[in-house]
Amino acid sequence: MTGQDGLVPDPTPPEPLPSGGEAERADQRGETARLPETRGLWATAFRELLHKRSARIGLVMLAVLIIVAVFAPLIAPFDPSDPVGIKEGIKVRSGPCVHLFGCDRSQPQHLLGTDGNGRDAFSRLLYGARVSLLAGFGAVAVAVAAGTLLGLLSGFFGGRIDNLIMRVMDVLLAFPALLLAIAIITVLGQGLVNAMLAISIVTIPAYARVVRSAVLTVRENDYVAADRALGVRTARILWNRILPNSLTPLVVQATLGVATAVLEIAALSFLGLGVRPPTPEWGSMLAAERNQVFTAPHLVFFPGLAIMWNVLAFNLLGDGLRDALDPRLNR
Amino acid sequence: MSRFVARRLLYSIPVLLGILFVTFLLARVIPGDPCRAVLGERATDQICNAFMERKGLNRPVYTQFGIYLKDVFTGDLGESFRYGRPVTTILLERLPITIELSLAALTVAVLVGVPAGIISGYKHNSPADVATMIGANIGVSMPVFWLGLMLQYLFAVLLRDTFLSLPPSGSLDAGLIPRAFYDSWGLPPWGVFEFVSNMNVTNAMLSANWTAFRSAAGHLILPAIALGTIPMAVIARMTRSSLLDVLSLDYVRTARAKGLPERRVVIRHALRNAMLPVVTVIGLSLGTLLGGAILTETIFGLSGVGKSLFDAIQSRDYAVVQGFTLVVAVGFVLVNLVVDILYTYLNPKVRVS
Repeated sequence: MTGQDGLVPDPTPPEPLPSGGEAERADQRGETARLPETRGLWATAFRELLHKRSARIGLVMLAVLIIVAVFAPLIAPFDPSDPVGIKEGIKVRSGPCVHLFGCDRSQPQHLLGTDGNGRDAFSRLLYGARVSLLAGFGAVAVAVAAGTLLGLLSGFFGGRIDNLIMRVMDVLLAFPALLLAIAIITVLGQGLVNAMLAISIVTIPAYARVVRSAVLTVRENDYVAADRALGVRTARILWNRILPNSLTPLVVQATLGVATAVLEIAALSFLGLGVRPPTPEWGSMLAAERNQVFTAPHLVFFPGLAIMWNVLAFNLLGDGLRDALDPRLNR
Repeated sequence: MSRFVARRLLYSIPVLLGILFVTFLLARVIPGDPCRAVLGERATDQICNAFMERKGLNRPVYTQFGIYLKDVFTGDLGESFRYGRPVTTILLERLPITIELSLAALTVAVLVGVPAGIISGYKHNSPADVATMIGANIGVSMPVFWLGLMLQYLFAVLLRDTFLSLPPSGSLDAGLIPRAFYDSWGLPPWGVFEFVSNMNVTNAMLSANWTAFRSAAGHLILPAIALGTIPMAVIARMTRSSLLDVLSLDYVRTARAKGLPERRVVIRHALRNAMLPVVTVIGLSLGTLLGGAILTETIFGLSGVGKSLFDAIQSRDYAVVQGFTLVVAVGFVLVNLVVDILYTYLNPKVRVS
């Protein structure tokens, strides 16, 4: 965009950034908004977030997931792509064997059994958290970046640019998300990165719309007019004034967006359009064993449960954030 | 009102053109030779040259787009190299199956979601409310394909010998070939009749063939539940929050102050207004259902639009991918259009202004 200063919103603004939520809260206390931006809105929002039980559950679920993803090599008893079961001479797709729950101690322990290639299902499940989280975050990051840029341009400049961008967004929204993602992958080719990209493209309109409508309200503020009168460059106004103040709805949308992205990437992998084997990914683990659901249901049950865990964590967190960041709701 | 409808119709034209352009682009940007992408890898040069000539693929891009538009508007979506039949014909066979499945799923979603949302909203913060909301949160977070497989396992394996046993896949019992309803009525095989007769449950009902009806309906239950779960959860949440909003309004308090019975206040006064946003959500979920049908039909072995699309992608049958994508997207836009117009009709505030 604008070179160095364009990448990150200026961390030390010359004056405290005015923010709707902070000002409102300050008004209620009967004092003027003088608190620094970083502590005001976000700290309050975080405290309020912790007051909501569902959001707390979401946070804990997410924490568990992140810990599992980061420490997968330490927690996992086996290499996720090593056919240990075959080396140990046990049947492929054997059921869970937990010594604690009465499985014979002479048997090798596989907490969730082994899959069709004799690999330890539990280890694969743990490693799957990495792929799922990375893919979810990656897809949303790309979509947020593109959507934010489009939304900023659209909302700030209005007119023809706005019209053009928004009509293109309408067309993208006209396709059912999964269908459009599949269509994009037919063009780009199969693979995890392409699946992420496809989901990103499909979800750009959601972010563009959210940012645009936030910008439309922010740009009417006096401090933007002041900047303009002072002759500040447009790109700088966009990054230092408009963007930070349009951030709250975007954060909510992005959190909920991770949930959708995780679900859709799992669906694409399930259809054989996502990761390539032997990468441990929950959707493809499920797909590989789906015809064995009647004989080895555990190989289908747990990956699906893991996907749900991940999606639920972000859904709960997103809902909680929406309540916490919207000053109108909780009062 | 009519001005709004007219404007709404006009607005959907650029979107429809955009969809046409995207599907057109889809076939052009596929890596490799467009001819062999459509006709298959083994097409000879001679056939390919003739194909390029006939389809105008050696002409400028804007001419090609024109040809594509003309083809689409005359109902020519190309030919599937896998089946050797026109895409339109295949589509007309598969679409009824998906429509029936989607409607069944939507019925499940509405029949469970709306009452659950009403109870949840009316008995705010009660155990029933908490349970519904936990269920709704889990419902929206569940992968459709996983739910489908688990339902299969539950109803076809665990409950096999009970009265709850349900078939895990397919659309009819083996060996059951029901007559088309128009045939048993002595009517000619018109297009519309044939279209409707491909909906197994409807066809069985119309021809009063109860054995076939029981079989077809039994096969539809699990896919409908699997596909309907996400919309069900969304509808329940929407109904709840909408009812909560409305119940706190002044006119509801007035109605209570008048001494109206509680049931009447909730059903006649509050619900009428609370259902407005719910209607929109119900309409919009039809689009989600079409996307979800790709997964559900693949799992349950129903040869509707979704499964055909998936098979076509696997076998690189691009004409089918292109044609089906186009039709589903256009259907999605039209459904949204109808929902919008319906909403204006239902909402007197919009109607008057």
